[in-house]
Amino acid sequence: MERLVFLLSTGLARGAVLALFALSLVIVYRAARAVNFAQAAMAIVPVYVAFAVTSASGSYWLGLASALVVGALLGAVVERWLLRLVPQDNPLPGIIVAIGLVMVLQAGLAIAFGPDHRPVHAPFSQRPFEIAGVGVLSPYDLFVLVVAAVVMGSLAILFNRTSVGLQLRAAAFAPETSRLLGVRVPRMVTLGWMLSIATAALAALLLVPTGLGLDPHAADVLFVNAFAAAVIGGLDSPVGALVAGLVVGVLASLVTGYASAATAPLAVLALLTVVLLVRPHGLFAAREARTA
Amino acid sequence: MPTTSSETASSKTADSPPRLEVSGLTVTFGGLTALDDVSFTVADGETVALIGPNGAGKTTVFNAVCGLVRTRRGEIRVGGVPAPSSTTGLLGAGVSRTLQGLGLFEHLTVLENVLVPLTSVGTSTGTSTDAAQEVLGTLGLSDLAAVPAGTLPYPERKRVALARALVTRPRLLLLDEPAGGLGATDIDQLAQTVRTVSGGGCAVLLVEHHVDFVMDVADRVVVLDFGHVIACGTPDEVRRDPAVEEAYLGVPVSTSGSGISTSSATGAPGREESA
Repeated sequence: MERLVFLLSTGLARGAVLALFALSLVIVYRAARAVNFAQAAMAIVPVYVAFAVTSASGSYWLGLASALVVGALLGAVVERWLLRLVPQDNPLPGIIVAIGLVMVLQAGLAIAFGPDHRPVHAPFSQRPFEIAGVGVLSPYDLFVLVVAAVVMGSLAILFNRTSVGLQLRAAAFAPETSRLLGVRVPRMVTLGWMLSIATAALAALLLVPTGLGLDPHAADVLFVNAFAAAVIGGLDSPVGALVAGLVVGVLASLVTGYASAATAPLAVLALLTVVLLVRPHGLFAAREARTA
Repeated sequence: MPTTSSETASSKTADSPPRLEVSGLTVTFGGLTALDDVSFTVADGETVALIGPNGAGKTTVFNAVCGLVRTRRGEIRVGGVPAPSSTTGLLGAGVSRTLQGLGLFEHLTVLENVLVPLTSVGTSTGTSTDAAQEVLGTLGLSDLAAVPAGTLPYPERKRVALARALVTRPRLLLLDEPAGGLGATDIDQLAQTVRTVSGGGCAVLLVEHHVDFVMDVADRVVVLDFGHVIACGTPDEVRRDPAVEEAYLGVPVSTSGSGISTSSATGAPGREESA
């Protein structure tokens, strides 16, 4: 029982990071109808910047802010000056370019900072609170949950309650009609990439202290699980990304605790397979595809 | 009623350029001449209908005004200046249109659909919502504001499309077959709306198959056939015009060749389409 409570609560915290990463995939998918296979590498670049800023200034918060800014800038640069040049009529060229970008970014980081793990300290203790003798969330887990909730709430308000959010949603589902109504669709695609990579950078920053540390491949496994979560939730559903992220996080935590860490990825893939067999468009996908 | 509004409008705008001025417009697609030297104007507060058999070039005129087809010769002026070719330029010039096939955002609510054109002009969210609610109220859509547009029946969807075109308070409104697919009650309501809009000083250009609606609502009618303007005038004048009868209304004229009357019979008024 104690173990179950512990595994559930840490699973939720890992799941919150997964949900953020999956949400980042969903934002780009909605904006550009593309799965960002370069997400792990693009997310880890801003984390290196945050790491450098934090070591130079001594402030975790300054590092966090710089990760968001650099993530947004990187998203804009990659969309404007790389992906926009790629033929859009079929998804394959974009995927190949994304894989190439992963290699360039990760090799570049390894050349610049070395390929080794760098230990990263969490801004809060990672020792779990004990409630009635049962270890539950650590202060850092709590911090992760709060940040994830704040980011998701802000994104929900941005998308559902603001003029820019309405333009983002309109442009995502009917770009041609939106253009005729005066929406600057290319700008919305760029903005989608900026929001997405900033969110991914934040998720990677939250993840790094709980893993082995910072290295160019630190977000690779996160990407695999988040991709599974995004597909389980339905690639264009933010709610789906949230729910599936938490479910996958808890599932991986439970399987790791009761079986072994090596079994967890298999459990995630098994869940993905079952969902795809039963509901090929994911659990929360919109009923209809987008129109022209 | 329409006559009165046109008289006041034309006296008001006698010294200012017409809202829309199409002169010598020629459009070719490959070897095919879709429009040949088409000229007409729409003044502020005036409703002009483009009619003609299928393939006469009505939609091409519409697309040329919207900058969607390349013109070979001729000029289109909006408010006295050459029509902007970009969508944002047209919106800035006060030109608004309904889209063929409506083009609603199926997954967005009715209110959100109507808000989209306002997002690009930078009005504040509160002002935009007020403006959108007002237009929805005028068109009797207030109760449906929170409903996803994709779930509505066709007549309501057409009204949402009209609301979306009206919400920017256009000075030139382009309506693509606004009566198509509507029943008699909805068409009466639509005619009322068009009268209100043009009564407010907006110039309305509409492309329409539904002859009764056109004769009811238009101040002037421009009749196209094979890319030429064959008649232009008030609904009554146009109705009495022998050339129109021959080419459009499908009445065979004994002296003319049978080829024309046969082809025009196939393009007779779109009662089947509007039923």
